[in-house]
Amino acid sequence: MSSKANILEKIKQNQPLSVSALPDLSFLGLENYENLDKYKTMLQSIGGDYVEVADYDGVIDFIKKNYNTEKRIITTLPELSQIASTNWTDDDPHSLKDVELTIVKAHFGVAENGSLWVTDDLMGQRIAVFIPQYLAIVVHKSNMVTTMHQAYNRIGNQEYKFGTFIAGPSKTADIEQSLVLGAHGARGLIVFLMD
Amino acid sequence: MKIGLFVPCYVDQFYPKVAIATYELLQKLGCDVSFPMKQTCCGQPMANSGYEHLSKDCDANFIANFAEFDYVVSPSGSCTLHVKEHLHDEKNEQLATQIRKRVYELTEFITDILKIETIEGNFPHKVGLHYSCHGQRMLHLAQMSELNLPFFSKPEQLLRGIKGLELVSLGKKDECCGFGGTFCVTEEAISAKMGQDRVKDHENQQVEYITGYDMSCLMHLEGTLKRQKSPIKIIHIAQILNGL
Amino acid sequence: METKIIEHSKAAELFIKDEKRTDWHNETLWFVREKRDKAAFQIPDWELLRETASQIKNNVLSNMNQYLIDFEANAKNNGIIVHWAADADEHNKIVHSIMEKHGVSQMVKSKSMLTEECHLNEYLTEKGIDVIDSDLGERIVQLRKEAPSHIVLPAIHLKKADVSETFHKFLGTEKGNNDPKYLTEAARHHLRDTFLTRKIALTGVNFAIAETGEFVVCTNEGNADMGVHLADVHIACMGFEKIIPQRKHLAVFLRLLARSATGQPITTYSSHFKKPGEGKEIHLVIVDNGRSTQLGREDFRSSLKCIRCGACMNTCPVYRRSGGHSYHNAVAGPIGSILAPNLDMSKNADLPFASTLCGSCTNVCPVKIDIHVQLYKWRQKLVKEGYSPKSKTLMMKGMSAVLSNPVFFNLAGKMGRFVLEKMPGLVSNGLNPWYKQREMPAPPEESFREWYQKNSTASKDKNNEQ
Repeated sequence: MSSKANILEKIKQNQPLSVSALPDLSFLGLENYENLDKYKTMLQSIGGDYVEVADYDGVIDFIKKNYNTEKRIITTLPELSQIASTNWTDDDPHSLKDVELTIVKAHFGVAENGSLWVTDDLMGQRIAVFIPQYLAIVVHKSNMVTTMHQAYNRIGNQEYKFGTFIAGPSKTADIEQSLVLGAHGARGLIVFLMD
Repeated sequence: MKIGLFVPCYVDQFYPKVAIATYELLQKLGCDVSFPMKQTCCGQPMANSGYEHLSKDCDANFIANFAEFDYVVSPSGSCTLHVKEHLHDEKNEQLATQIRKRVYELTEFITDILKIETIEGNFPHKVGLHYSCHGQRMLHLAQMSELNLPFFSKPEQLLRGIKGLELVSLGKKDECCGFGGTFCVTEEAISAKMGQDRVKDHENQQVEYITGYDMSCLMHLEGTLKRQKSPIKIIHIAQILNGL
Repeated sequence: METKIIEHSKAAELFIKDEKRTDWHNETLWFVREKRDKAAFQIPDWELLRETASQIKNNVLSNMNQYLIDFEANAKNNGIIVHWAADADEHNKIVHSIMEKHGVSQMVKSKSMLTEECHLNEYLTEKGIDVIDSDLGERIVQLRKEAPSHIVLPAIHLKKADVSETFHKFLGTEKGNNDPKYLTEAARHHLRDTFLTRKIALTGVNFAIAETGEFVVCTNEGNADMGVHLADVHIACMGFEKIIPQRKHLAVFLRLLARSATGQPITTYSSHFKKPGEGKEIHLVIVDNGRSTQLGREDFRSSLKCIRCGACMNTCPVYRRSGGHSYHNAVAGPIGSILAPNLDMSKNADLPFASTLCGSCTNVCPVKIDIHVQLYKWRQKLVKEGYSPKSKTLMMKGMSAVLSNPVFFNLAGKMGRFVLEKMPGLVSNGLNPWYKQREMPAPPEESFREWYQKNSTASKDKNNEQ
């Protein structure tokens, strides 16, 4: 017998005799707060920051003012082609090592923890949201859910190949519990809260 | 109702004043209390060391001594817990089960069975309350800091009527003192350090007394205090409630 | 490479010798427990969340066989290559064979306690594979040739001066520069090179979803993602107990995990891997290594619910004062002490006794494992199986005889008080471990029962009658 068969057989022999019931999840996630306000507070508490903008022009303005546009900026959003390149998605991921800023869009944000749900179809390519020095994500204000329960309800059976919740910039406290932002992923995260 | 007084072995031999206070307090509260003379130990020292199977004789002796009573009350959280969870008799399991339901630690007996809100008394001192683990987390004598649930405390509730008693707030509200039964000698270094840290927490609040509902913990803290020649004294909650 | 196992009590004694450092270690971990409390208490339904997670995991344990079959089928449909390893050795061989197949001799790893358990790094290094741990804490201990001391905070036992010294030696950082920002930046550059050059990346698995055949990897640093998205091959290793039934259950666990572990609402990245990228491979290695045995132990089965958050370690007063290394096991602390004896009873017989059974661990556990109850039960089992020294058994037999018989009990008590009073030196000396750092209790004039016999109303009545 193969290891697989052996293991499965042993498990079958050893697991409890009856299957215990799965719990009802509908009593969870009933928190009641103003989603956008909560999101903003949580995002800042985890080292990220937000900018409220009416449209993509607002995004362009902010980036021009706050980032060095001489450095390499990439995006998946054609609305931002003025300040960022859009033709990199088929390139070798290693070639993105010199990217200063990546700007993408998120499906929605989660108020309870300041995170954003992004899937690979919104990333351009997977490494794009991890490798840049800085990350910026656009999300519509109306796309806020309260807790992770609503988040997974919203995701439902969505087909993706890869997806991730991004909560603020990369961080570590491995050196004597001192919090440092920018361990291996982005050093900073700006969330554009768009009307 | 007839109350059988169950006195932990080391309290009987080394801290009789605690048992006397418990006895007198229960009488003052209107109870018909007696102490079965042939009682010995609950068996916890063996059981917690992995020798549960050697505590059968202690179990049998306990059942023989306490079967006749409506309630069994003990000034010890851990001994009460041990009997409640581990009292068995192969020959008469039904009786053992019944007795287990009737065993109470002193403070919970007063609040839950006698339904007494608080005890009037006088103890004008700064006091630190040590929340012995078994009584707190397993007998639920008070809410534990780990859980997101409303606070309650049967010992504190009883102490509220004691005039002049100032209960301090500790840095770590309910950390273990490090006694742990035979742990106190098998892991001596950690046990002693935990005791010293607990004492320091009380010292930082400038208490005059450390009290609690488990003499084993208090004995361990007292050993540490004496070694450090500290002026802080130990007193069991029964003694405060009974009045000195 | 077998190093001599030092029993927990001895290892703890050595650890505590440096009292200042012990205090620092203690307070650092307590601080993490406090952060956990703060985060947990922001969720009004925290206790309901724990109960829900516990029930989900109970369901998983009771239906493990079917969930694994479903998971494998769905994962395969996603294009994930699934392997099964009966034990640590087979796991290591499988990982190595994947590397050989691709002709690769360098690997970048993100945190996986399973691979620690299997001693993967040593195995691969012996085979000439260069393994680099990319989690900052793990990289630090790897350079120092130490094991991680905590499953979530691998370098918690080290001060920044220690890290600075290590980085100066291996990464060429400034001598004496202890600034965490400076040191982290140095690691960022050093490891970025690693990420960019490795073709094979290995990660652990936090959760594997039976319903969809996907798995989730959580990190704060982003090192798992940096490794895998730049590599051609992603090897993910999981103990089979990491299965959860449906995607929506992730909500429960992702709400509990980081809050319990570090007091954060969620880790920075919670990456869901469903299908490999274009032209890339994902290999999933499902490992048993004693877990199916533990599954069959009714008393200890629920230890397999563990989601490896480390909350039990942060709260444990013994762990905080003895450090992870004193548990001589990949997973230390309370959960380690109920998992390890299953792996090797002889080697780990000391661990369930490294506890006062205070119960704090049980009550911070996000999946409600009754850890302190299992510690008690392991003690009974280990003694029954003969893993207790004969001297201890003899002593216990003696104790039982004295403590269960009223005559012997009284006699022993009287003798004890007599000796303490008249010949204290017999007891209060260096041979008495209690006496090392504590005074003995003062012997009272009479025992309670002696007082009772003279003074109780019942006795008085009896005396009056006579």
